[in-house]
Amino acid sequence: MTAVNTSEVLITRNPIVSSQIRQSLAQLDDCGGLCSFEGLIRNHNHGKNVTFLEYEAYTELAEFELHQICSEAREKFALKFTLVHHRIGELAIGDVAVLIYALSVHRDAAFLGCRYIIDTLKTRVPIWKKEHYEDSAPVWTKCTHS
Amino acid sequence: MAQIHIQYFAQLKDQANKLEEVLDLKTKTTAGELYETLSAQYGFSLKQNEIRVAINDRFSKMDDVLLDDSKVVFIPPVSGG
Repeated sequence: MTAVNTSEVLITRNPIVSSQIRQSLAQLDDCGGLCSFEGLIRNHNHGKNVTFLEYEAYTELAEFELHQICSEAREKFALKFTLVHHRIGELAIGDVAVLIYALSVHRDAAFLGCRYIIDTLKTRVPIWKKEHYEDSAPVWTKCTHS
Repeated sequence: MAQIHIQYFAQLKDQANKLEEVLDLKTKTTAGELYETLSAQYGFSLKQNEIRVAINDRFSKMDDVLLDDSKVVFIPPVSGG
């Protein structure tokens, strides 16, 4: 089939199973590169042991901004297809918090587009995480790493 | 007079200790002025220059005047991903 510029955005309370989502993608015969990023729940932050994370989203604006970011990425890097799924609710260590796919004709655009989407998501999309620790009070965190 | 609907998220939700409320504004009020009033009431730890505002589900400006039936959300620093 011939790919058209398109996008899929979802904020969900359900677990993100990347292999299932990958299988459900339409085959894009004109794409030679798919770059994916999975953001995972890590067991430590700033020297503290993290036990679980709580994510919440202002869903109406978050989905709108994600569509905007994907549209910017498709335009800047000539991507053929973009996908962002972000999970909210209570997440355990090792869970997938966010999944991003960027598909393009050649690999370079896919790498750059995927990076653009996750970096921009972290600065502008109204989603927040509260870290819960082994031995101290939970904290709403601020994004400080790349 | 304008009736506005406020939703709270993240630390603002914790500090206000509520998810949402409806307020009647008696005089012309900007989003920034409303934040200062709420901040004094609830003791928000974030300053106005650390947050953003959304009006009717779109990012807006702090000096936008709030119209009747607006939905207002103050956006703490985001940390998705």
